[in-house]
Amino acid sequence: MAGYTWSEIGSIFAMQGFSGLSLFCVFLLMALGLAIIFGQMGVINMAHGEFLTIGAYTTYLLSRWAELHAPALLDYMFFVAVIVGFLLAFAVGYLVEMGLIRHLYKRPLDTLLATWGLSLIMQQTFRSAFGAREVSPTLPGWLLGSLSLTDSIEIPINGLVVMGLTFVTTAAVFLFMFRSRWGLRVRATVQNRVMSGCVGIDTTRVDRMTFAIGCGTAGIAGAAFTTIASTGPTSGSLYIVDTFLVVVFGGAASLLGTIASAFTIAQAQSILEFFSSGSMAKVMTLLAVVIILMLRPQGLFNLRIRR
Amino acid sequence: MRLALASRRSFSLPRTPALAFAAALLASASVAGAADYPTAKVNTTKLAVTDQVVKVGILHSVTGTMAISETGSVEAEKLAIKQINDMGGILGRKIEIIQEDGASDWPTFAEKAKKLLVQDRVATVFGCWTSASRKAVLPVFEKENGLLYYPTFYEGLEQSKNVIYTGQEATQQILAGLDWIAKEKNAKTFYLIGSDYIWPRTSMKIARKHIENVLKGTVVAEEYFPLGHTNFGSVINKMKLKKPDVIYSAVVGGSNVAWYKQLKAAGVTAEKQTLLTISVTEDEVLGIGGENMKGFYSAMKYFQSLDNPNNQKFVKAFKEMWGADSVIGDVTQAAYLGPWLWKEAVEKAGSFDVDKVVAASPGIELKTAPEGYVKIHPNHHLWSKLRVGQWDANGQAKVVYESELIEPNPFPAGYQ
Repeated sequence: MAGYTWSEIGSIFAMQGFSGLSLFCVFLLMALGLAIIFGQMGVINMAHGEFLTIGAYTTYLLSRWAELHAPALLDYMFFVAVIVGFLLAFAVGYLVEMGLIRHLYKRPLDTLLATWGLSLIMQQTFRSAFGAREVSPTLPGWLLGSLSLTDSIEIPINGLVVMGLTFVTTAAVFLFMFRSRWGLRVRATVQNRVMSGCVGIDTTRVDRMTFAIGCGTAGIAGAAFTTIASTGPTSGSLYIVDTFLVVVFGGAASLLGTIASAFTIAQAQSILEFFSSGSMAKVMTLLAVVIILMLRPQGLFNLRIRR
Repeated sequence: MRLALASRRSFSLPRTPALAFAAALLASASVAGAADYPTAKVNTTKLAVTDQVVKVGILHSVTGTMAISETGSVEAEKLAIKQINDMGGILGRKIEIIQEDGASDWPTFAEKAKKLLVQDRVATVFGCWTSASRKAVLPVFEKENGLLYYPTFYEGLEQSKNVIYTGQEATQQILAGLDWIAKEKNAKTFYLIGSDYIWPRTSMKIARKHIENVLKGTVVAEEYFPLGHTNFGSVINKMKLKKPDVIYSAVVGGSNVAWYKQLKAAGVTAEKQTLLTISVTEDEVLGIGGENMKGFYSAMKYFQSLDNPNNQKFVKAFKEMWGADSVIGDVTQAAYLGPWLWKEAVEKAGSFDVDKVVAASPGIELKTAPEGYVKIHPNHHLWSKLRVGQWDANGQAKVVYESELIEPNPFPAGYQ
């Protein structure tokens, strides 16, 4: 770090801290839905990325509509898109559970193939509907650019928005899972399906809602990511590997583990990227994850009670 | 050949001699334009050429991840073929397209190439986009002696008898652009960043040699990110610390969008930072958003905004055929050249036979090219110009620099 002034190093330190946090939020937001679906229900959902894409295209369509018909609404459209993205992904998830997933609960490995197929079908559907090219949702002016705290410290606004959205969504998921009757039922069903059925929980309905909520959460993430990344038929699939990585590393059944793991991986990657180079950072992060998983196959946190 | 055709046709008609005779008459009448070029003469290698029709293949990905990029090429090739047909076709024959989908999967490309060449016996193929797909089909084209027109700007280091490269090879695209930016911006320090695969790596190798040996500048960093990488926060911070005069970028695909959106969000805009890229065309800007690219430079041989009569005609025809919203990038224009260059070569050779067309190709000129003027070099690449465009908020580029015609040099000495 020779040749740089202290104020430069200080401001880079601040911005680097922020970009680590912002990566953490991206990882957490994309992994939350899968933590519910894979972590709680044990469904290996390879189509998770495509539910993100649903959210992304929702944002695109709504912003386009606003641009053409109601420019005054464009400023608020992003938040509407987040909610509509959730609802749409929720609805599609609900149907997918009903038509596909529920037949495969006893064959977890088959869900891998079935949802992989589903992901291809959904990608091609997006391509046929919206064209193969990537699109660019028109973002309201306030979402672009950065906040200049000092001359050299600039904080991206879209990063802040993603961060805020992540906190709200995570809090909502936690309230839902640990403070509501629904969450109680979900956790009961996960722990012992037969017993839950015996005490009068409608496990079929619980499964369906849980899956749909996981998908809906992915929809939120997709809408949020239009501010920082691409919107195209395969945009969602860019996240699928990292998403599984975060969930598996955190310990599949633990939401807290997902948060811890998203934080660890994001910080490791962000710091390594700064001190080495892009591809190298990824390799080292993955290597570290592999070694830790070898030593601790259950992941960082293990709350699961074996059935 | 013509007789055989007539008698085969007569089977589908009532089998009266008179009708068969009439059919034969009809057949011979409709090929009057091709009369000077009897099929037996222009097709000695059993290609799918009849008196009326010559079949050609289009082999691109219309499904899968690469469909994003390859759609434009398919559209341009179809437009060129339609225009050629409207002008009466080639040697009096209409071009008929057999389209296959490479599905963004390299083995599929090889398989479909084989199908087009062996089963369909097409006279030529317009296709491929990524280097990986081209490398996959190359052995097939060389073994079956097919002919491929390849539209993408690429890393060079290749030359095949069976391929005509209508995009630029790396030195054509890189050297003049770097020269310009070094002079114009008085740039001494360069930050190289690209996606992690063969094209950016080869291109950056050439760029680094040129910067260090010719421009006497410094490469402050050279970095690659996995394809599909979406978080550039750390590297942007590093750039802020190192303050390069120029960021030289070859990031592709979905990463590209994330890269420019995050640059803008981090306050790295054209007012503060010069950025030159070799991987952003009008197609990419559509996804990135013009407001995120504004003021940055691209080095390409073609921009949709080129102000010449050829290009105005081309853009108009393209929009008429594919919609007013369509945009035309560098590769799309290069793909458009394929059928025209093939037409010229076939007419010069007076034959569809691949060996004769290949032999006739060097020296073929196209004065009607939207990019201006191109000429096929004996090494099967095109002489072409390099242009630097500066992006505006509407996703169009203003050409700020245009080079002389540059000789293609796929195996540049001193750059490997």
